[in-house]
Order: sequence, then C-alpha cells, then structure tokens
Amino acid sequence: MRFVAAKACAGSRARAGALYIGGNSAAPIETPSLLISTLKGLPAFISRDHLGDLPAPDSHLLHVSPIHFLDCPATKTICTIGGLHQMVGLHDHFFIASPRDSLESLPESDGTNKLGASFETPSGRQLVKPSAYMEMITSLMPNLWASMADEVPAWVSDKRNKTSVDRTLRWLDECINLDLVYENALTCTVEGGKNVLGFVVGGSSIEERKRCATEVAARNVSGFWIGGFGLGESIEERPALLHAVTDSLPEEKLRLVSGLSLPEEVLQGVAVGVDFFDSTYIYHLTLRGFALIFPHNIVDEDIVDRPLDDYPNDCTKINLRATIFRKDTSSIVANCTCFTCQNHTRAYINHLLNVHEMLAHILLEIHNTHHYLGFFRTIRETIKNGKFDLFHKKFIQSRRIHLASVVQYS
Amino acid sequence: MALKFEVLGKFNRARAAQLTLPHFICQTPLFMPVGTQGTIKGLTNIQLEEIGCQLILGNTYHLALRPGAELIDELGGLHKFMNWKRALLTDSGGFQMVSLLHLADITEQGVTFQSPVDGKPMLLTPEESIQIQNKIGADIIMALDDVVKTTITGPRIEEAMYRTLRWIDRCISEFIWNCARRIRSCFTRYMCQRFGGPRFTRKANLTSYWDSYAIGGLVGGEDKDSFWRVVAQCTASLPEDKPRYVMGVGYPLDIVVCSALGADMYDCVYPTRTARFGTALVPEGILKLKNRAMANDERPIDLTCSCMVCKNYTRAYLHGLVTKDAMGSQLLSYHNLSYMMRLSKNLHTSIVEGRFPEFVRGFLQTQFPRGDVPEWVCNAMEVAGVDISSCCTPLASWHD
Repeated sequence: MRFVAAKACAGSRARAGALYIGGNSAAPIETPSLLISTLKGLPAFISRDHLGDLPAPDSHLLHVSPIHFLDCPATKTICTIGGLHQMVGLHDHFFIASPRDSLESLPESDGTNKLGASFETPSGRQLVKPSAYMEMITSLMPNLWASMADEVPAWVSDKRNKTSVDRTLRWLDECINLDLVYENALTCTVEGGKNVLGFVVGGSSIEERKRCATEVAARNVSGFWIGGFGLGESIEERPALLHAVTDSLPEEKLRLVSGLSLPEEVLQGVAVGVDFFDSTYIYHLTLRGFALIFPHNIVDEDIVDRPLDDYPNDCTKINLRATIFRKDTSSIVANCTCFTCQNHTRAYINHLLNVHEMLAHILLEIHNTHHYLGFFRTIRETIKNGKFDLFHKKFIQSRRIHLASVVQYS
Repeated sequence: MALKFEVLGKFNRARAAQLTLPHFICQTPLFMPVGTQGTIKGLTNIQLEEIGCQLILGNTYHLALRPGAELIDELGGLHKFMNWKRALLTDSGGFQMVSLLHLADITEQGVTFQSPVDGKPMLLTPEESIQIQNKIGADIIMALDDVVKTTITGPRIEEAMYRTLRWIDRCISEFIWNCARRIRSCFTRYMCQRFGGPRFTRKANLTSYWDSYAIGGLVGGEDKDSFWRVVAQCTASLPEDKPRYVMGVGYPLDIVVCSALGADMYDCVYPTRTARFGTALVPEGILKLKNRAMANDERPIDLTCSCMVCKNYTRAYLHGLVTKDAMGSQLLSYHNLSYMMRLSKNLHTSIVEGRFPEFVRGFLQTQFPRGDVPEWVCNAMEVAGVDISSCCTPLASWHD
C-alpha cells in the first residue's frame, strides 16, 4: 500500500493524491475520495453484483466496522474463511476499518471507561477493549484500520475532553503492540503495524486537537483517522479545528476524516487537506427516500445570475415519496449512467416507496452512491485544474441562493 | 389463438412444453415468483433474468389500490412501469378480496367489499376485473371466479361453480367487446379459467375458447391427500393441449408431485417469504440459517448450487445477516428463487430427455434419505405412473 499526495496549487491546502493498493491491481484510487459505508462489510442494500456496476476504482473503497461482527461470526471462523474480503465476496476491494460507524454502532462516551470504548449497537450497549478489537482486526485483515478511540461530543467538560485524548493515545500504542503480537501468533500474512491509522480526537478544543495530532504523528503509523466530528460541534467552528489537526500532521501520510457527511462539510474537509471521507450521507438519504440531483459542473456556470425559478425545490435532492412524482416517467437525473437511472423512472420508485418495498432502497442507494462518487470526481478534477476554491465558493453560493429563495417565498 | 403451447416431451401425465407469450417464450413446468406490488421483494430485474425467471405474477388487487390501474395504464402498462421485459401474469383480484377483507359479500353481480382506503363499500364485477387487468396489461390475465375454500361442503360449491361459469361468460364478453380494441403494440391477452373444489364435475362447460386453465381454491388448509386428488382429477379432465396452472403452489415437493400429475405452471410467495424468515431452500429440504449451528458453518448454503450467493457466501456469514439486515433478505431471496428456477428447469429438461422418473427418484431420495416418503406422495406417484419404490423403505426397517 502506498499513498502519494500532491498539493493543488499555491495558497490552497486542498490536495489530490493517489492510493496504490498494491498487488496486480490496476488503477490507483484517486483522492479526495469517499468511503462507501457498509453493514457487516456489505453496503446496506447494494449486493456485490450491482456494486460492480458502479464506477471503478472509486466504488472499491469501503468502510467496515469490526463492531458489526461482535456477535458473529467468531474470529476463529472469520480466520478460517480467509478474512473479510473472502467472507463478503469482495476480493478486489479496499477496506478501511474503524471501531465506529454512524449507521448502527454509535460511540457512547458515557459508557466508555479506561478499559474500553462503549458503543450502542442493535444488540445493546457493548464495551470493547483494545484486545478484543485487535483480535477482530487480525482475523478480518482489512487493508487499513484505525486504532481505538474515545470519541466525545462537543459539550463535554475540558477535563473529560483531555481524558479522551490521553486514552486515545494510550489505546493507539496498545493497538500497535497487539498488532505485532497477534501477527506473530497467527499465520495470517499481515504486515504488522504497517496499516494502522492513528486516531485523532480532541473535541472542540484547538489545543487538545493539536496535542493529539502531534502525539499521534510521532508514532509509526501509515496515516491518520481524524474523528470526533459530527458530534455536536457547530459547522462554523469546524474549519479551525480541522486546520489545527492537519497543520500538525505530516504532509506525506494520508488523512481520513469521519463525521463530515454533507457536501458542504466534505468541501470543508477537502479545503484543509483531507484525503478520505467516511460519510453516512448516502445511507440516511436513501432510508428517507431522497435522491441526489445536484449538478456537478457548476464551475463554468454563472450561478449568481441564474433566476431563482431555476431552483424549484431543494436543488440538492428530491424526496421521491412526494406525490408530484407519481406520474413522472423521467429518470432521477437525466443522462445519469447508473443502473437505476438507466432502468427505472421516478414514478416507479415513488410507487415502491409508498408500498414500502425494499427495491426502492436498493435503487436509491445505487443512484445516490453513483452520484456522490461523481461529486468527488468533480472535486478531484477542480483540484487538478486549480479551480477548487472557485468550485467551493460557487457550490456554497448555490446552496445559499436556494435558502434565500425559500425565505423569499415563505 | 395467439398463445402457443407446444408439448415437447411427456412421461405419462407429466409434460414439458414451450409456452409462447407475447413478451417471452417460456419453458414449462415453470414456477412464477410473486411480484405482488410490481416488484419481487429485494431483487432487481437483472438479477431475476440472471437466475432464469421467465414469468412473474402481479396482484391485481394490490396494484389497483397502489399505484392504481389508471396510472399504470397511463404510463404504458405494467411491463413498462416495472421495466420487466419478460412475461407477466395477473390474477383477477378475487382471491385477495375474499381472503384479505372483512365483510366481503359475494352476489351474482360481483364481489362487494369494504375499501381498505376509506371503508366505503365497493363492488368488483367480472367486467371490471377484466378492465383493470387490461389496463395493467399482462401477457396472461385471469377471469374472476366465485372463490370457495376447498374445505367447504354443501350446495355452496355447486352454486359457486355455476356462478363462476356465468361470470366467465361475462369476462369473455368484456374481453372481446371492450378490450380487443385496446390491443397494445405487441401483445394480446389471454384468458384463464379457474376450477376448484373437491367435487369437480364434468358438466362444466369446457369450451375451446380458453387458452389455458388454472386450478385454484387450493392452499386454503385442505390436507395433502385431498390436495393431490383434486389436482389429479383436474389434470385428467382438462384438455391436453393447453397449459394447466396450479395457483398458490408451493413447496418444491408439491411442485414435483403436481408436475408428475400433469400440471405446468405454479406460483407461490413461499420462497421469498421464507427467505425473509431466514430459511433457505436446499435439495435436502430447508436450512434454517438462524439456527445457532450455522454460526460457524463455513459451507455455502448448498454445495450443488451455483448461484451468486452460494458461490460467494458462507452459512456463517449469512447467519449474522438474515432477519436483521435487508441484505440478508436479499441474498436469501436470491438463492431461494435460484433454487426454484433450477427446479423448474430440471423438471422440464428431465422430461424432454426422457429421464423424468430418475429425476423424481433422485429428488425424493435427497429429501427423504431414510426412505420416509409421505404416503400422499406415494399415492400420487402411483396415479402418475412414476415408480418410486426404491425411495420408500418399508415401515418395518426404519422403525427398529
């Protein structure tokens, strides 16, 4: 595994990069890139055959949470099956593991103590110790994995925040040690300690963020998982916190952030030099019946002069449950090449949602994933063309115009 | 007659045939997955094509409620609405109406029931059933019948039978006079007639007008012994040159028996419904993936199955998914329907290739390795003229 980063242009922190997966794999995964969320290693609704229809290699990058496997299968069974890739039938894919996901295993900071991190899972609250976590990591063999962390919401006391940083650092060291121990104990061919992402926390304190980042950077890690976001901090205070972290991290190693889901939040992350995004945006949109429609190519358009009528409703997404789509025989997005848009209409998906059929979510997740991957592709193109800051500005502007139009007509 | 039914091979009563429909050329015996609301739960069209699905059933009652027959018509028919390129069959709506709704009242006019939307009384007449199905536009449609449970006895049965015949005449008229003009670009529609009840009488008017026949009113709680006898009687009396569709069947064993007795088409929610409860269909019978024994079982669901699920996933992994995650339902439905498609294909091919009895024996031996084939199956196979004595151990030997 090899990561190569390059700065966009002078004055901009946004950077394009490439992750070489290694082996006889073809093209590298270019960054900034999206991690597709999974439940037990597979997307919530897209089965492996339809996952193969999505653009490659972008769609080969997946997030996995070992917490999903706490109940079963047993680590011994996972080992015998041959690890995660074999178990879920996705041999060519690249999995990045972390102990947290925002779909099911939400971190529960009240329950976390010095022994382990607490998570609210569908089968109740679970306390996970670093040893148990590393056992799972060793059996799953993801391509990269983040160390365990004590993630706290933005409103905790300074003392609690400081404790979370101390704990996270201690667990990082423990995880690295355990990785080497387990590697020697089992015969799995894992390069011990070489595919760990150091977890960075620090809550809403710039100081703690800097301290954590600096300390983690001092360890021998392959990259950084920047967490503790999306837990109650305001969107305004975030850039400063992100800056504090990325400023303290070495340029040549990859940075991943979790908890920045919305397009605007992703752009914030890109602007400070983040390479990978663990986002649950698609999952939540899909469950609620929304389909992404925002246009990608807004750089060359003059957004500001467009009349307000051009943005009838929310120009980011449409709610396909709405009755206006009952007879709409157009595809979700004209000229979209995803399976859903090539085969089905808004009217059909509207019907499926109304009768609570699973196919609705399958079709929506396919389209939304395809569309969001397209958004990331656009980001990469604008970075390469030196137009990222302009794109960022125009995107935010187009969202504000929508909000303004809502205000005007209400 | 545009529906073509060509028998390609026989073994006694069992037949393998080619059923030519406007949208697809099907091979029978065949199993139809049920796409109640215009979708097979959890599977895309491409996946259905991949596993060899030829014909899907759509429920007129559900579709007329949501999204509505008018809307489907406006958008070009159900094929276009779903984007399903192969064949579709719709039922008349009668069965759901009687089984799902309270206060359903059957009169000469039609079926009066309480609308589930606003509780107002509604009337479904034979004519209207045809009209609704015409708007949906399936390859095969069904005439409305006076639905009676097989467990009922008395004069009601005879009343139902004769009323059904009268309704069928009304359906034909409606079809000829009001639907023929609405023939769409590439297909016409076909009619089925439904017979049911344990006292089938040959007085029934079997005109040559009908394209095919459906045997319905079963799966309502009758015992297996009555079940096979009704099917046997119907297939013996119905014309040879038209397909026979046994509605609501079912379990793989039932399909094998009915095929031996001369039936051609089947539909049932069982494979997909049982998948959602974590049960997989295998040659040995069923596999309950929720069972704790599955938690560390590294084998695929079925070693003889080459579907996407069995090629990629272990029982241990699926154990964690089924009944908990949507993906579990999807994968298991995919496998179960693959199994049913494979069964259909095996039935067809074994008859064409002249090895039907061997296939039946193999099937029974795998399901009943101890030789405890149920008596009703033995009796049915006797009537069907299929020798399964090698599959049945005499009682004495396994009761030690």
